[in-house]
Amino acid sequence: MNKAKKKKMKKEVVWAYLFILVPLSTFIIFTIYPVITSVITSFQKYRPLGSEWVGFSNYVSTFKSSLFYKALKNTAVYTVITVPIGILMSFIVSIMIVPFRKGIQSFFKGAFYLPAIASGVALSFVWKWIYDPLPSGLLNSLLRFFGVSNQNWLGSSKTAMASLIIMAVFGGLGQNIIIYIAALLGIDPTYYEAAEIDGSTFLQKVRYVVWPLVKPTTVFLAITSVINGFQSFQTAYLMTGGGPDNATTMAGLLIFNRAFKYFEYGEACAQALLLAMIIAVFAILQFKVSANDVEY
Amino acid sequence: MGLYRRYGTKDKYKEKTRNIVLAAVLICLAVITLFPIYYMVISSFGAPTEAGGASYSLIPKSFSLASYQFFFDYSQYSFRWILNSLLVAGIVTVCNVLFASLAGYAFAKLRFPGCQFFFFLLLVAMMIPYQVTQVPLYILVVNVLKWQDTYIALVAPTLVTCYNVFLAKQFFTSLPTSVIESAKIEGCSQPLIVWKIVMPLSKTVLAVMAITTFLGEWNTFFWPFLVCNSEKMQTIQVGLKNFSFANTTYFAPMMAGATISALPMFILFFSLQRYFLEGVTVGAVKG
Repeated sequence: MNKAKKKKMKKEVVWAYLFILVPLSTFIIFTIYPVITSVITSFQKYRPLGSEWVGFSNYVSTFKSSLFYKALKNTAVYTVITVPIGILMSFIVSIMIVPFRKGIQSFFKGAFYLPAIASGVALSFVWKWIYDPLPSGLLNSLLRFFGVSNQNWLGSSKTAMASLIIMAVFGGLGQNIIIYIAALLGIDPTYYEAAEIDGSTFLQKVRYVVWPLVKPTTVFLAITSVINGFQSFQTAYLMTGGGPDNATTMAGLLIFNRAFKYFEYGEACAQALLLAMIIAVFAILQFKVSANDVEY
Repeated sequence: MGLYRRYGTKDKYKEKTRNIVLAAVLICLAVITLFPIYYMVISSFGAPTEAGGASYSLIPKSFSLASYQFFFDYSQYSFRWILNSLLVAGIVTVCNVLFASLAGYAFAKLRFPGCQFFFFLLLVAMMIPYQVTQVPLYILVVNVLKWQDTYIALVAPTLVTCYNVFLAKQFFTSLPTSVIESAKIEGCSQPLIVWKIVMPLSKTVLAVMAITTFLGEWNTFFWPFLVCNSEKMQTIQVGLKNFSFANTTYFAPMMAGATISALPMFILFFSLQRYFLEGVTVGAVKG
């Protein structure tokens, strides 16, 4: 290599480092450093001036607290119900949207996606009034037509979680639908012709052609929704504050309360790390299980 | 669409009825999903009276802007909340597009020692749940750096996100290297290559990035809620939440506030729908 070329290469390297300087320092300061301190803090009792080492006691007290298990159970219930219903519903709706013209398709895509654009804070207000416990409340007056008695939707531990789940399913449909439609439109029509020649009905086509072919999309949606479900915090915080009787306290809210209500930073960090581990295990498992029979 | 077509049969009438049935079902579902938004907007035009249940009506009976007036009168900073949100989301968006482009280009087209390692670091950072970082981040920003109630606290942690760098890198990799090579031969410097060649060639993906970043930043509640105590520095989402806690019985003004917080995004959505919808699928569907 001659000198001029070498100099040019060196210049390129300098530019490359300059280009990644800002993102890299942002990650190091605001992600990597906090992760490391999070691990350290989880073994400490945090005090503004010099924290005290307490060994595993934050973890021990977490494992001893029944609220931790309750929060995990709530998170699991919320996720296990929300994710499959959400995915199945959006799959069906996408199949229904697909035969229409482009313009009509975009209209429906937009209609289902709109709730995802409104801020969570704004939507939580509206849903709170829909779930109003008084007989004049919207959902209560609607259900009276069908002979359902008055419910204290968010105030009773029986219905609070279900109320949050309904809200989450309808709010999250749009995103899944748009992704599914893109996947459906990417399917080569010759598959349908072949299935047709073999005499398959519409439902058979959906089951044996479409469903396997959009499987990678389904896996993607399932994994991302499970991760989001495990981390969900905002809806429960704004709608119920975790009540009644901690029936809607999920892991995200539990950690938030530990940290910013009771100022137990160490325990909050320990719980957050445990949650991260659970999420990681889940994501890997889910990926392994579903990757086995994905046909690309 | 081959999924529905039956080859060999040409039953136009059947196809029409099928489409009408499908459209009817879809419209019913869309009405359910859109209902909360409709209800929010409609109720915001009600009178700001304090009464439970007085204004539960699905069809607007009266049209008044008094509730909006009520919302803006609640705090002297109501307008400032909107400005704060606009400012923060604007800065974050510009920084993200700029820095993610530069870094994405470096990762995609430049060879430098540690390239792989730094990119790996990025991927790892992307997978960490925010709960893990929230407490140390709060301690760092509020206790160590003393940034509470400043714009820098709102902007800095999301100045450029891992996801956006990743997105830019993925897209820039597909750009033809020969174009960049020839620009280099013509004596074009690296920053100019990004500015004059890479960025113009990637307008769509950068527009998508800008919109999703702006949307996310406008709607974000958690972080501004943690670091902004003074009313003056709150964003619209945080202000809205505090307003609602202080005025739980004022139904119409709450809906007015909610509408105000959602309206800018709706306007943006209806004018740039294509980019919004593209933003959802980018990175999700292969090929």
